[in-house]
Amino acid sequence: MKTWIAFWNILKKDIQNYYLKPPNISWGIIFPLSWTLMQLIRSSGGMNLSDIRALLPGLMAMSVLFGTTSMLAVTITFERKGRSFDRLLLAPISLSTMVAAKLSGAILFGLFNAFVPVIFASFFIDLAVISWGVVLLAVFLIAVTSTLLGLLIAVSAKEVFEAQTFSNFFRFPMLFLCGLFLPVSSLPVFLRPISYLLPLTYGTDLLGGAILGVGTLPPVLCVLILLVFAIVLFTFCQYNIRRKWIL
Amino acid sequence: MSTTGIVSVTNLSKCYGNFTAVNGISFSIRRGEIFGFLGPNGAGKTTTINMMIGLARPSGGSVEIDGIDAVKNVKKAQSIMGIVPDESNLYDEMDGFDNLCFCGSLYGMRKAEREQRAKALLSQFDLAKAGKRPFKAYSKGMRRKLTIAAGIIHRPEILFLDEPTTGIDVESARQIRHLLLELKQRGTTIFITTHYIEDAERICDRIAFIAGGNIVANGTVSELMQSVSHGYAIRLTANQNLEPLAGDLQQHFDGCTVKVDTNHEVTLLCEERIPLSPVLQYLDGKGISVFEAKEIRPTLEDVFVNITGIEAEKLKKEKEKGGVAK
Repeated sequence: MKTWIAFWNILKKDIQNYYLKPPNISWGIIFPLSWTLMQLIRSSGGMNLSDIRALLPGLMAMSVLFGTTSMLAVTITFERKGRSFDRLLLAPISLSTMVAAKLSGAILFGLFNAFVPVIFASFFIDLAVISWGVVLLAVFLIAVTSTLLGLLIAVSAKEVFEAQTFSNFFRFPMLFLCGLFLPVSSLPVFLRPISYLLPLTYGTDLLGGAILGVGTLPPVLCVLILLVFAIVLFTFCQYNIRRKWIL
Repeated sequence: MSTTGIVSVTNLSKCYGNFTAVNGISFSIRRGEIFGFLGPNGAGKTTTINMMIGLARPSGGSVEIDGIDAVKNVKKAQSIMGIVPDESNLYDEMDGFDNLCFCGSLYGMRKAEREQRAKALLSQFDLAKAGKRPFKAYSKGMRRKLTIAAGIIHRPEILFLDEPTTGIDVESARQIRHLLLELKQRGTTIFITTHYIEDAERICDRIAFIAGGNIVANGTVSELMQSVSHGYAIRLTANQNLEPLAGDLQQHFDGCTVKVDTNHEVTLLCEERIPLSPVLQYLDGKGISVFEAKEIRPTLEDVFVNITGIEAEKLKKEKEKGGVAK
């Protein structure tokens, strides 16, 4: 019970202090909408609302990726700099509980980001044919792995600007290598192994399968690989926190 | 105050590469006492406190808190600790009340309990009116008081305070000393690090001096004073230049040494307490009126300077750097 009280209050504090702030809410809404409009204008030389479905997997994946990675990295680096993070490290709760609470805020923010383009799309196309269970699972797993990547950055960064720089350093290459804009099969051969080392590749594939029916890998395999990524990243982050933050 | 130990630190050390920040120190803290940990900047105070509270991993040695191995079982030990770091580490965006409630929740306190306790603490720390103000709008003294309140919201058995009066105004520093004494009366054990020697002298039951990562002295204030006490010293202030009389005075009062402080001031250093009237009569006979005769007792600062060899001037500069408290 005591652990749950601490977990819930860390999560609540993060949501109130960071994620529910106007700049972040507006980012969460404007970013996916801008990408949707940009892609619609780009595709077929003019606005074609029926293309929205084809854009959804990419938009959702990107929204989650951008929403989660930088937010968690920035909030943790910010708290570390102000030393309020020490308060969490000194609380009588396990490191995994504290990390899970911090991750949960960013994951929820990622989920919110992911469904902004869905809500937008629902006004124009019929979304009933989509496998929503798989979509939810895919978005959740993308949010978890992206958030953990954000945590990995937070452990390495000392300043907020470093966290932002590191986030962009891996986020943008990831976007082009995960099959979002170009199918992995059309990438140069030497880049393909890198694609398969990125969790977003499996998340995008899972979303593509659920929304468009064009997944290249079996959904179960994608889910399993994403789970493995999540476990490995969580363990590695905890190890890094113990090594770098408890000196 | 009980004589049973609540904290036992044995051969504790911390190395960063080739640099030894803390060099195998040992000490114990009795239940219900205020234990001062004094030393100049860089002496190893914060490293020691960080190892005790679980923010740093010792390179060697052990820390036992209320029978719990605080190195191996750090989370269990943290549940009975209250921690007040040298810099206020609460959340700027949250108000005072919410900050306290959040800190209570980290120790598993239920909503009603932590809200009630937060209200009581805001009152006790004279912050009730500021309870709904964001933490970032607090003055330094208020920030420090709220940080202490956050450290005790869960009623810890032992409270660790790192430099609690550094950088705050005189009134706030006085209030904090008063609050610490109140906590002690209620049975809380307090471990305090400071480089304000006067603070330690006023409130600590026992003190350990640390310099260069080593504990160079450890004892009660009076025990430490005795180590530098060289008998009886009395300073005389007169209406005339006393310098020409220094030799005569020394001859007349056998066993005393006369030290000329200024033209009008001399200090008599004697092995034992001497009556004042013969001195005054002697000077009166020489046509000199004594305006003031004051016994000079060694201060804890004298003990510190004597033991560590750190010059008083350097210590003063550190205090000035540290803040304005006093």
